[in-house]
Amino acid sequence: MADPAGEDLAREDPAVLREYYRQMALIRAFELRAAEMYTRAKIGGYCHLNLGEEATVAGLTAALHAEDFLFATYREHGYALARGADPGRVMAELFGREAGLSRGRGGSMHLFDSQIRLMGGYGIVGGQVPLATGAAFALAYRGGPAPDAPAVMCLLGDATTNIGAFHESLNLAALWRLPVVYVIVNNQLGMGTPVEAAAAEPELWKRGCAYRMPGQRVDGNDVLAVRDAARAALDCARMERQPTLLETVSYRLRGHSVVDPARYRTAEETERLRREDPLPAFRHRLITAGVLDEETAAEIDSEADMAVAAAVDFADASPPPEGAALFDHVYATPAASMYRGLPGDPVAAPGPAAGPGPGSVGGPA
Amino acid sequence: MTTLTLSRALNEGLRKALEANAKALIMGEDVGKLGGVFRVTDGLQKDFGEARVIDTPLAESGIIGTAIGLALRGYRPICEIQFDGFIFPAFDQIVSQLAKMRYRSRGAVKLPIVVRVPFGGGIGAVEHHSESPEALFAHTPGLRVISCGDPADAYTMIQQAASSDDPVLFFEPKRRYWDKAEVDTEGGLAAALPMDSARVLVEGSDLTLLCYGPMVRTCAEAAVAAASDGRSLEVIDLRSLAPLDVETIFASVRKTGRCVVVHEAVVTGGLGAEIAAQVTQECFYSLEAPVLRVGAYTTPYPPSRLEEHYLPDLDRILDAVDRSFGY
Ligand SMILES: Cc1ncc(C[n+]2csc(CCOP(=O)(O)OP(=O)(O)O)c2C)c(N)n1
Ligand SMILES: [Mg+2]
Repeated sequence: MADPAGEDLAREDPAVLREYYRQMALIRAFELRAAEMYTRAKIGGYCHLNLGEEATVAGLTAALHAEDFLFATYREHGYALARGADPGRVMAELFGREAGLSRGRGGSMHLFDSQIRLMGGYGIVGGQVPLATGAAFALAYRGGPAPDAPAVMCLLGDATTNIGAFHESLNLAALWRLPVVYVIVNNQLGMGTPVEAAAAEPELWKRGCAYRMPGQRVDGNDVLAVRDAARAALDCARMERQPTLLETVSYRLRGHSVVDPARYRTAEETERLRREDPLPAFRHRLITAGVLDEETAAEIDSEADMAVAAAVDFADASPPPEGAALFDHVYATPAASMYRGLPGDPVAAPGPAAGPGPGSVGGPA
Repeated sequence: MTTLTLSRALNEGLRKALEANAKALIMGEDVGKLGGVFRVTDGLQKDFGEARVIDTPLAESGIIGTAIGLALRGYRPICEIQFDGFIFPAFDQIVSQLAKMRYRSRGAVKLPIVVRVPFGGGIGAVEHHSESPEALFAHTPGLRVISCGDPADAYTMIQQAASSDDPVLFFEPKRRYWDKAEVDTEGGLAAALPMDSARVLVEGSDLTLLCYGPMVRTCAEAAVAAASDGRSLEVIDLRSLAPLDVETIFASVRKTGRCVVVHEAVVTGGLGAEIAAQVTQECFYSLEAPVLRVGAYTTPYPPSRLEEHYLPDLDRILDAVDRSFGY
């Protein structure tokens, strides 16, 4: 648990601690605003928030080197921000606009930015796990172990440990000794189902034992504990080619996605969540330790709000993709016969009266 | 008669199915305590207990595989796949086992399993949450594939599926879950149209419009719009995609001489292709125009801002009707 006397904080660079707080405050402000934008129909599709997971996000990303690859889940806005993506471009992606990270094609669940080595959010539960394993295979294939060798971090939810792809991947990674760290972000719920109701081994990190994969459970509300555990695991991956199964325990502060009212949660639980909220807890901890004062903390909070307000303005100013863009990027090599009629054009074969049309180019007429 | 939404009609139908057969059980992710994302199983666990309405872990392959095992020992599982795009982790169990076991055992076993799949777009969801994969299953021999277009059919067809001794992929038009209509919840199933029959929804004489699931309502609207242009469209709700009720289709096309097939699914390799081939073969001399298809473009499901360009709608259907008359 967090050390209330602040002894462990004394060993840290105060500027770094303030940076963690800044990131956490930014994520909180961004996610609250995203929820609002969703209810105002600025954001389409589904929208899953990192509220309550800010310490985990900041801790995990702090442990990553710039060369490391991160595979995320659909609950990944915070990771993009913490890895340095511009909040405006992230918000624009959520809005489905051209200025978004993937020009509005990925949306909230599929943020992708190869520049910051964010290898995607994934809307299919567990879809990312074998892919991350393969990316780690590519690293192992090419280079040997070294302290600065790149590694892969693969995020997954607690409920995701119940799907087959997870187990296949762990076996492959352990067998082939791949430089990957699997992180179970245990927020204690998969939609409405608590971990104990879904996992035969509810201490999820122990699931690695079947593959002789070391692991550990850490307090996901403690940014430093998360960072240190992730660092150690990444070092193992870099230098020993030993994959790890890390589990961080936090709690999802709201529903599964913005549309979920989370009625399955009791009033006591909601109250407990408020008390254990990692953001005010970390703020308080830093102030008690003299790393922050109220004034600086308030400044950081309002800077986060301003950054998010600017992100919303930026996203709003960007146009949505044009209808014709529907046909872009289906293939890497353009196929001559591929139908590229403008949306609104009929897909059906034209009659003689309508003249040459989509049917004449061998498309799906 | 009671007024029910399509989702509520399914709920009532499932309730009847659980009452009708003690071996019937429901399983899926968050179907019990939560009542399902679309509330289709709402309240059933409360009324039938946790042994009949089972919350499973997140494990689609496990859900369907376990259902097959249960069926082999006499149970009648009704499984929910939460969204269309989540069926693929279970694809292997469905295609390799569910579809084939009866045939490979020379009829020694039956697999009375229903796989309920909310499918299709139009609710501003995105890829994995808006897809129309029905043709993949209709292409797989051994599976029955059906889809309801309105609350009344939802109510009866889910019960028929539950009492079928064959595996049934039951595709529910998710954008129509909130559509309301009168449903007769008193009458039994005996008088109901069998689930493998098509229904002539609107009688007409000039062109046959074939559809199912979410496009049924849109096609009914197209018939109204076309009538104001003096064109009489016959709208047929296919209901069963595998097997296809070809006799109803052929009879209509022989009468009208024109045929347009409409589905939300991608046109390439879709149900429309199969229907066009069969109609061309069997009704060749009655046809005044080639069989035309209206469906989604051959691209992955787009983000929500492009959805309206992607999905077939009233205009695209009427345009195809125009083209058919252009021959
Ligand atoms: C294959 C598949 N099945 C079901 C779903 C629907 N679904 C999305 S998230 C989710 C719960 C996942 O919980 P968890 O892994 O704990 O991650 P969390 O959402 O808590 O971050 C479910 C059932 C899906 N997206 N993909
Ligand atoms: Mg979870």
